[in-house]
Amino acid sequence: MSTMNADAIVVGAGWAGSILAKELTEAGLKVIMLERGPDRATAVEGAYPDSIDELRGAIRHRLFQDLSRTTVTIRNRIGQTALPYRQLAAFLPGEGVGGAGLHWSGVHFRAAPDDLALRSSVIARYGQKFIPEGMNLQDYGVTYDELEPFFDKAEKVFGTSGEAYKINGKIVGNGNVFAPSRSDDFPLPPLKDVYTANLFRKAAGEAGYHPYSLPAANASRQYTNPYGAQMGPCNFCGYCSGYDCYMYSKASPNVNILPVLRKDPNFTLITRAHVMRVDLDSTKTRATGVTYLDLDSDKEVSITADLVVLGAFQFHNVHLMLLSGIGKPYDAQKNEGVVGRNFVYQTITTSRAWLPENTFTNQFIGTGGGGVAIDNFNSMNFDHGPHGFVGGSPVWVNQAGVKAIAASTIGGGKDAPRWGSGYKKALVETYRHAMAIDAHGSNMAYRDVFLDLDPTWKNTYGQPLLRMTFDWQDNDIRMNRYVVSQIEPIMKALGATKYELGMLEPGKSFDTRIYQTTHLGGGAVMGDDPHTSAINRYLQSWDVPNVFVIGSNAFPQGMGYNPTGMVAALAYWSAHHIRTTYLKSPGPLVPV
Amino acid sequence: MTRRHFLMALAGTAAFWTADEFADWRRAIAAEADQAYTPRYFTPDEWRFLEAATEQLFPEDATGPGAKALGVVGFIDRQMETPYGRGSLWFMSEPFQQGPANLGYQLPYAPREIYRIGIAGADRYCRDHHGHVFADLDHPSQIEMLSAFEKLPIMLGDTLTAGIFFEQLRTNTLEGAFSDPIHGGNRHLGGWVMLGFPGARADFMDWVDQYGPAYPLGSVSISGETA
Repeated sequence: MSTMNADAIVVGAGWAGSILAKELTEAGLKVIMLERGPDRATAVEGAYPDSIDELRGAIRHRLFQDLSRTTVTIRNRIGQTALPYRQLAAFLPGEGVGGAGLHWSGVHFRAAPDDLALRSSVIARYGQKFIPEGMNLQDYGVTYDELEPFFDKAEKVFGTSGEAYKINGKIVGNGNVFAPSRSDDFPLPPLKDVYTANLFRKAAGEAGYHPYSLPAANASRQYTNPYGAQMGPCNFCGYCSGYDCYMYSKASPNVNILPVLRKDPNFTLITRAHVMRVDLDSTKTRATGVTYLDLDSDKEVSITADLVVLGAFQFHNVHLMLLSGIGKPYDAQKNEGVVGRNFVYQTITTSRAWLPENTFTNQFIGTGGGGVAIDNFNSMNFDHGPHGFVGGSPVWVNQAGVKAIAASTIGGGKDAPRWGSGYKKALVETYRHAMAIDAHGSNMAYRDVFLDLDPTWKNTYGQPLLRMTFDWQDNDIRMNRYVVSQIEPIMKALGATKYELGMLEPGKSFDTRIYQTTHLGGGAVMGDDPHTSAINRYLQSWDVPNVFVIGSNAFPQGMGYNPTGMVAALAYWSAHHIRTTYLKSPGPLVPV
Repeated sequence: MTRRHFLMALAGTAAFWTADEFADWRRAIAAEADQAYTPRYFTPDEWRFLEAATEQLFPEDATGPGAKALGVVGFIDRQMETPYGRGSLWFMSEPFQQGPANLGYQLPYAPREIYRIGIAGADRYCRDHHGHVFADLDHPSQIEMLSAFEKLPIMLGDTLTAGIFFEQLRTNTLEGAFSDPIHGGNRHLGGWVMLGFPGARADFMDWVDQYGPAYPLGSVSISGETA
């Protein structure tokens, strides 16, 4: 057991960890970053053409978590035996330098102001009785106006392409009419519409909705970010989600932050270092450092530090808190404790339109974050009163490039044969002439949906696995079905020869075998009340003030938007307060 | 070291292929491309089953080539010798307990074991119901058997359901038809040409806003092979 020392330890080399490491080295701290996976360089394994191998990439999980070592267990309800998630399917956490930020798609949103104060917004508009029994609806404890400078900073670091609607209160363009005012424009203009996105733009407009270009961290032009990191223009290669971008167009920690950090003498990156726990002193109110397992020597190594930042993937952060004894674990029966509470996900269903045979949709052309969306049924942008549910969904065409194996899995639609000649015919027709429209929506938090430690299964390091208790709930099923029903006028305006609407089905449990999204959230949420949040508004542990926990674990409920933009803004927000306040006088930033 | 032994040596190591290992793998497959394929994992009886079953799942027809023409069974055989085939990509720690289907796969078998147990059980089932192993049945009976495996609660071993075996076979068949030819399937890019997938072109800068017509350029493999 050897011991090293640093001013700060950052766990995880994804977006959250890389942003915090950059900010803390700028503040003059000696930072050690620990990543359990391998180092990853786009110039090496991200190079064309080997990197665009679908079998080795999205199918055999070249950049995803190595489940053979550690996974989670999943059950739908209390009383059921949770079983290990043995094969990656529903969600795909990353592993290695860059984390999930290396293989993400690039959709880069700012959170909607109403979503950051959803409890207050719902009560103000519909009264407290509108919130269903058992739903833990909460505010973030931070407002859009407070986060705006950090949304702006993150967009400039990511090289985000988009079209603004309102800058400093003035309408400036054809952006999202529901989007809040910005202090500055996007650093890059929006990406071009692929054909299907353009068809959607026209049809959604005809249906009376308000289409806009998805904000995308896929560079529409050559770009140099404030750190001096360079990006190339996206060429719509179609290998975003699940891949490392050989064009250096998709933002990733590897391309946009780490090249600068790696040169900093205050920064040390240690890969193949599996963090076992955060070490606490005898009072359990102060972290002394972390202990990790060196995966090459199989020996435990301890590092001491004054400050510990957990920047691993959402549920790995929660897992580490539970394993380390940071904060009170959530007890669903008693409705007490906070670590593991408000575990959330993302509702997503795909609808499909088939176009005439002389129309080729060329679905292999794509960019991960690009596309066209409508926000008419997202957040609080429509009247929930008649419907009696909380939440909403953007609806979009986000054609990230449909590769051949993925296409074969989609097949010819819901009613088409799954094999044989009928399957082949419908598959080819669908691939050549169809288009997909997603409803990508919110997922509220519930008293009996949570994370805790599994009583039975252990990882290869002998630690209990994290257990997920999760199922789709009535509120979210009804939300999804309502929003999807509103796609029908778009289908008609598209001139589809046939179409199918994809909806969540009442009574059908969450299925771990089918990819949905990797947008897991909550479990160690931020807020103003230590009884309902694990971390304060600055993402600092209420119980162990020299531990900060950065990631989508902070979301009190799942929003309709993709999480990365919010994670990046929260990371910069937290780092700003560490730099300006905490480092001068270490201690709780919010009095308990 | 013979090429075959070299590939065997590669297969059982790390859970992930390194870039170097992968380059060696590709070279070895390319060197064999024009030779008759010698199965490495499947027995002759298993091979016969797979040739017949994959051709029913993905038949040669008016739409395009079938599993046999695309080299699908050779692809699956090669996959059995990879970390994937040996189950190294899955969480395989005990205890193994069964549960509702929506909580996912819960058997102690790697893909190669699913095939070994599944094919034996499927041929046994065919003999019991039709008097012959699957490969010797007429086409309507083969289709009837595959439909039964897909949909009926049949056990092919003590714990292996026909449904799990069928899905494994269907999944790997489609991978063999549609993965890059560098993996030994999708022979001469036949699967991609049929589908209209350009493969490794991966640059549509000048075609993004060409709205409506089919993309004009043919498919290309990572190896540079064109259709």
